Amino acid sequence: MGTSTSTSAEATPGPPSTREASARRLDAAKLRTHFPALDQTVNGHPLVYLDNAATSQKPTAVLDAISSYYERDNANVHRGIHELSRRATVAYEEARGKVARWIGASDASEIVWTRGTTDAINLVAGAWGLDNVGEGDEILLTVLEHHSNIVPWQLLAARRGATLRYLELDEQGRLVLDDLPRLLNDRTRLVAVSHVSNALGTINPLPEVISAAHDHGALVLVDGAQGAVHAAVDVQRMGADFYAFSGHKMCGPTGIGVLWARRELLQEMAPYQGGGEMIGVVGRDSSTWADVPHKFEAGTPNIVGAIGLGAAVDFLAEVGMSAIEAHERELLIYALDRIRDVPGVRVFGPEDHRERSAVVSFTLGDAHPHDISTILDMHGIAVRAGHHCAQLVMKHFGVAATARASLYLYNTKDDVDRLIEGLHQVRSVFG
Amino acid sequence: MESPQLSSLYQQLILEHYRNPRNKSELEGKSVEIHMANPVCGDEIRLQLRIEGDRIVEARFVGQGCSISQASVSMMTTLLEGRSLEDAKELTRRFTAMMHGDPDAAKDRELGDLRALQGVSKFPVRIKCALLGFDALQEALKQSAGGAQH
Repeated sequence: MGTSTSTSAEATPGPPSTREASARRLDAAKLRTHFPALDQTVNGHPLVYLDNAATSQKPTAVLDAISSYYERDNANVHRGIHELSRRATVAYEEARGKVARWIGASDASEIVWTRGTTDAINLVAGAWGLDNVGEGDEILLTVLEHHSNIVPWQLLAARRGATLRYLELDEQGRLVLDDLPRLLNDRTRLVAVSHVSNALGTINPLPEVISAAHDHGALVLVDGAQGAVHAAVDVQRMGADFYAFSGHKMCGPTGIGVLWARRELLQEMAPYQGGGEMIGVVGRDSSTWADVPHKFEAGTPNIVGAIGLGAAVDFLAEVGMSAIEAHERELLIYALDRIRDVPGVRVFGPEDHRERSAVVSFTLGDAHPHDISTILDMHGIAVRAGHHCAQLVMKHFGVAATARASLYLYNTKDDVDRLIEGLHQVRSVFG
Repeated sequence: MESPQLSSLYQQLILEHYRNPRNKSELEGKSVEIHMANPVCGDEIRLQLRIEGDRIVEARFVGQGCSISQASVSMMTTLLEGRSLEDAKELTRRFTAMMHGDPDAAKDRELGDLRALQGVSKFPVRIKCALLGFDALQEALKQSAGGAQH
């Protein structure tokens, strides 16, 4: 990766199609050496990090981009004439371009920097929702959603007198698509749906949902927090109206995320927050707005976050998204096979691995998920336990919590084996 | 195979209370009920007390959660019946001291089965699980004291 931000322009790789022309196999053992945080012992055992759906670890390429920015180029963006400000602005906007190419946006101006997925969804609820959702209108959600794709719509619906409807789940945690015609009508303004479920790993059938929504004139927001991570995303081909995702789940820093929308749609929308950088001309009683995307970026943005995410995108491109996808698929099949053999384990989510992402949500006998997590932690294994900010999903399955192991590009079969050994330790405590 | 720290955390007595909780039922004629939940992990309990004068006559709970939270509240209820409100407050103080690593509190016979939870003090993220029942008790005592003054 570039040693300074001023040289990174030349290092920018081409579009994913040319970058991944040759099918590569991913060497996870070698990849791990790029992630310093993985190289440590926890409670006397080498760390096995299986909490990637919460956040991923960061490669040195990203850490270096962050420290190099602060060491050499740190200045505010879009404001100064001086050299450092120029460099900071170039790096910041270059990162926007990298992300735009990464998700197949038609233009860098369609990438709005946000604090993360949650912030991006709140932006849409605030800037688009308040003007386009009125009394008696409807918003269609799914029971699978993370709280961040439920609560902003509850707040909006309460303010505007709108109604929320929900697409239900079947016994495998898949959307019941047959209900779509009954739930959509001409009052439906928006369908908000996750690309991939964080709690179960279910990959949602977006083409069916999007085309049905569009048939009724509704827009579609896709929560891509778990989607952009595991496979190459092409927002134009997907056909949704909004796509939101976070940097920190895909090797980038925390506090940076992206809202993508078509340029025309962003232009029609009112600003989200007011402040510096988002204005054209400020008068005493009113002001004009900067063009998109800066209209939505009031105040000094998370400059280093954007640059870090740009470096993460470069890193992932170098590894190759198709290689990552293949590696995770192989690991998921292995993990599902092994965990289903552990007596007392109940795995949630689709039975067919092709319908799910690299997330394994499970319970084990009468051991509570927190107890599972504590015992695994004592063996150096990090998993998530709880409701995963998806209380509607937990309620659907009649459980208060699950344990969740989520895999990423640097995980290996050894990690899965260690998890299985750990689960046998849980059984011996709770046996 | 198993680490000593783990076996000190998951003592048999804890697992026994988790699987066969004492006083787990709805209480008829309760004087106070406190709902206490940990939104982070979803553990929750409803503690119900029947109080006569300054004395706890009956203590019951319903709830769900991890072994530590449910065993702790089960053990706590077995110690509450017949105690004065002042005594119950003192019990809370001693248990909290044990959770914060006070070795003397851990030897305190007054704490009964609750002493089995001593190992939790070495797991900072789990201490709040063990304190869930006592948080509810503290709130119940506060409300009862407030009610008595009126």
